[in-house]
Amino acid sequence: MNGFSPSQPDKREGNGNPLLEVHDLTVHHGQLRALDHISLRVFPGEVYAIIGANGAGKSTLLRTIAGLHHPTEGTILFDGKDMTRVRPERRATQGIVMVPEGRRLFGSLTVEENLQVGATYARKGPWTIERVYELFGWMKDRRSQRSSQLSGGEQQSVAIGRALVANPRVLLLDELSLGLAPVIVHRIYAMLPQILATGLTVLLVEQDVSQVLQVASHIQCLLEGRTTLEGRPEDVTPQQVEAAYFGLGPAAPGGSGGSDGSDGSDGSGGADGSGGPGPLGPPGEYGGAGSPPVSGVGLGGVAPSEEEEFAPSEEAELCSGSTTSSRGS
Amino acid sequence: MQWINDIIQGILTGGLYALFACGLSLLFGVMKVINLAHGDLAVVGGYVALGVIAVTHVPVLWSFLIVVPIMAVLGYALQRTVIQAALNRSILTTLIVTFGLSVVIENGLLQFASANSHSLGVNNSIITSSFSIGSQIQVAYLLLLILAVAVVVILGLQYFLSASRYGRLIRAVADDQEAAQMSGVDYRHVFGIAAAIAFGTVALAGIASGLTSQFSPTTGTDTILLFAFAAVVIGGIGSLWGTLLGGIVLGVAQQIGSQINSSDGFLAGYIVFLAVLILRPQGLTGRRAQS
Repeated sequence: MNGFSPSQPDKREGNGNPLLEVHDLTVHHGQLRALDHISLRVFPGEVYAIIGANGAGKSTLLRTIAGLHHPTEGTILFDGKDMTRVRPERRATQGIVMVPEGRRLFGSLTVEENLQVGATYARKGPWTIERVYELFGWMKDRRSQRSSQLSGGEQQSVAIGRALVANPRVLLLDELSLGLAPVIVHRIYAMLPQILATGLTVLLVEQDVSQVLQVASHIQCLLEGRTTLEGRPEDVTPQQVEAAYFGLGPAAPGGSGGSDGSDGSDGSGGADGSGGPGPLGPPGEYGGAGSPPVSGVGLGGVAPSEEEEFAPSEEAELCSGSTTSSRGS
Repeated sequence: MQWINDIIQGILTGGLYALFACGLSLLFGVMKVINLAHGDLAVVGGYVALGVIAVTHVPVLWSFLIVVPIMAVLGYALQRTVIQAALNRSILTTLIVTFGLSVVIENGLLQFASANSHSLGVNNSIITSSFSIGSQIQVAYLLLLILAVAVVVILGLQYFLSASRYGRLIRAVADDQEAAQMSGVDYRHVFGIAAAIAFGTVALAGIASGLTSQFSPTTGTDTILLFAFAAVVIGGIGSLWGTLLGGIVLGVAQQIGSQINSSDGFLAGYIVFLAVLILRPQGLTGRRAQS
């Protein structure tokens, strides 16, 4: 199960050439191998989701694609061009823009200034600050507020807006749900179709599997830096996802091989997260990472601090997210 | 009456100290670099002014038109090479590297410009004269001019940071370099711009120092750097208005100290500096660290 070759027959080929290709990517954090020969191909217009437990290497993968980590092996191709050695800011101006984990707004800047920074070196495209204000109705009235004064959900919206005004071709979303109340997470993911309608491609990382299965067109599950499952959400069963997520039992079947229509309905049945243990259950406050097996999987924390860094202070604002958004005007 | 005079003289000197300090404050605020070569660079600005005046015969007061751009270019270049290389390793490395820079500059100046003192003399009698308020208070036009320059520089910097595109990028990069990169911002270039501006103010400080007193290769660390540090710490790190206030408080403390005992001026200044560090470590205008 080391490194699923993405070259297996793929219904996505119809979309033309992949926009983003990752070949055999290996990344080390010091001595620790955070990613082990990961490959993936993202086609234009897709919502490609990387799932996995805490420490699976998801964030490391996204940050490496964004240019913030240097791979020890492997290549990253964007629109056919080799990006492996390109500086992060050059990747951003060429169309790979990330919404970082924990939002990472410029806290001393106002909402509008955050968006203006995002637009400074923007590519040409449909997204403008005005358009972001249309997407998030509350934002315009509070544009001169310091971004550090916003609630978690509002900050996440500004972070998405800041990325959108750069007019990315592929938008990297790192753990949008982190530290946010489920209702807020749901609201933010509900925006995704409107964003996709402007023609961009999304590669996202998420612990909250139930959310992902609703929005993704393709999923890839990581465990300890390796791919354990890959396929379309309708082609994988909840059992496969659970096995791949926690590394339980025998190796999960590869991709779409054994599944067909009947399994597909199973998959979507589980996807609404109506119950059941494991990753398909409704997310806990920190994205469903609380289930016992995960701590075993963590292995002393692959990608150590990244996953936890922003969690502690968020608890208080979970409830305030929905109420504060009506505070403006 | 004597006290009022001390306070007025202190405020006037404070303008000079604020001018010394604002470049230090800016560099620390933006990239957390404590530039130990700050004072020596001001002295370099003084020597550059000497050279520019000797070659072009521009009036001393207008020499800044040439010296400031030269120092700004030097600032950008130093930032993109030596200081950025140190920053890539760690903040602590920048301390060592700027200390090394200070030693190199000082000894370089000793080698090529000798240990003799120089000053930038002004022949304009209006500038060298003073006017009096009442019978005891004398206000030197030169110090008043320097105070005015300090205020203008700080107002200008404040406006630049809050309203211009590059000012916004500088604040963004100061908040979060990595997030700025994700928006396509090359923080190294933004740091370079910030350093260029800081060095521009350092050039003004060097000229002002040469106008008010003599300078020699060691003046930079002996006085300018220490006064700049004291002004920044007293005022509150990262706040430009705080830096002006800090400079003035330092100036007034020195005046009052030397009034009590003519050799205790500097001592009084450093006692205030220590008192602020103990009682209000965030500085007079500083807010407590925010979570």
